[in-house]
Amino acid sequence: MQISDPYIDRQGFLNKLPASFKFTFAIAAIVAAVALPRTCWRGYAVIATLLIGLLVSSRLPIWLIFKRVLIFEPFVLVAAMLSIMQPHGGTVFLSLILKGTISLLAMVTLVASTRFLDLLNLLRRLRLPGILVTNISLMYRYLFLLLFEAERMGRARSSRVFKRERWRIWHSNATVIGHLFVRTSKRAERIYAAMCARGWKV
Amino acid sequence: MHIPDGFLDPKTAIASGVVAATGLGMAIRQVKRTFPSSRIPQMGLASAFVFAAQMLNFPVVGGTSGHLIGAVLVAVLLGPSAAVVVMSSVLILQCLMFADGGITALGANIFNMAVVAPLVGYAAYRLLRRILGTSERARFTAIAFASWISTVAASIACAGQLAVSGTAQWGVVFPAMAGIHMLIGIGEATITTFVVAAILRLSPDIRLASDGEQSKTGLRPLLGYGLVVSLGLVLFISPFASSWPDGLEKVAEVIGFSSAVSSKAVIPSPLADYGVQGIASSSVSTILAGVIGTLLAFVLSFILARIVTHRKKEAASHS
Repeated sequence: MQISDPYIDRQGFLNKLPASFKFTFAIAAIVAAVALPRTCWRGYAVIATLLIGLLVSSRLPIWLIFKRVLIFEPFVLVAAMLSIMQPHGGTVFLSLILKGTISLLAMVTLVASTRFLDLLNLLRRLRLPGILVTNISLMYRYLFLLLFEAERMGRARSSRVFKRERWRIWHSNATVIGHLFVRTSKRAERIYAAMCARGWKV
Repeated sequence: MHIPDGFLDPKTAIASGVVAATGLGMAIRQVKRTFPSSRIPQMGLASAFVFAAQMLNFPVVGGTSGHLIGAVLVAVLLGPSAAVVVMSSVLILQCLMFADGGITALGANIFNMAVVAPLVGYAAYRLLRRILGTSERARFTAIAFASWISTVAASIACAGQLAVSGTAQWGVVFPAMAGIHMLIGIGEATITTFVVAAILRLSPDIRLASDGEQSKTGLRPLLGYGLVVSLGLVLFISPFASSWPDGLEKVAEVIGFSSAVSSKAVIPSPLADYGVQGIASSSVSTILAGVIGTLLAFVLSFILARIVTHRKKEAASHS
């Protein structure tokens, strides 16, 4: 599992900008790309150049950013395939891919240059319900821990099992998930006690 | 099923954002009212758990593999309202942290996978439990079928949004999405059933929210959830499923943002007012396929439940 925090710690100017500013800019770029008329190819080029310019000038590793965009590109492609079987399908297909890719680039740039905690604070300031933000914060705090735990359990299991039968893998994976849930709810009880000890209130 | 940016037109994005926010808001209120504060961390950890569980790959034929979605799993474990909050958190984090799913489509994604999937699945689960009784086998049959139908329902809502947006034609996108997800739903049903069986085996004293007194959700929240889900389905699907006027267009006109949002100057869609052809003639076969698929899924659910309960008995007799 190669999932890790997408934040890239660089001393570029994008990293130093306040999160609210970057968030607004990213949303503006995405909304612009989404709302552009389908055949306004020049518009797409302008937004894409702007984003890439920002990337280059703020010393973010551009190939890493492109790689991350490419990881999600297949989803855009598959979804866009659905649109090809209709009149002007080719144009719609191409414009969907461009819109999707530009939006991906904007989002990937945003999360690479902004700490997730800053984004969470922003959500809180945007008056999202407290329970939801608390929930996402807790999720962020324990996400990598649980991913690591699941990976460890999977490795332990595969080192003890010789046969790799398909049905067996389904069953053992499901057991790993079940085990993970049991551990998770036990951990949640401990966390609640620790939170109360530190004076937490809803 | 994560819709990327650019696949929804403004009116669909806004409409699904509104129904998603309504559903999520109701769920949050319900959680605040009925959840003891000791379970708030459990909800947060359950969100992380769903994300981690989604990362485990289940091999299918060839090189392809699937993974758990988890809506019904969480609904059965923690209750429907908590499931809506948990699945929404997962989708928001996936969108804001990993750019998975577009931010302009976040409302639509939350509606499909965090409102429709857990609520439709949970409703099916409760209904089946009432019909089939309280035995172990009935429980697992209900879980399996609920997982299947929640996956299919979410995919149909997604197909409707794409078609209403003019991104794809209903005649193409509906059979493609529903057909594929009828198969994916079988995987989801298998994994969910196995996972719940594993949890009950590993910690027999665990209390499923769907069994305790919390299962008796009051009438008002149930009514509200039903209204939100059906409102969304009416907006996104009824334009194709019947000869009624386009619900969303109608609402847009009534509220008055149709001229502002869907004006052709902003988005000159080549498909504006493009009629969906061949629906009337093929509607009978579509319904037939749906009925056969549902019956098959039910039979498979029953078989799955048999396998799981049989396995449990075996384990019990060995020990």
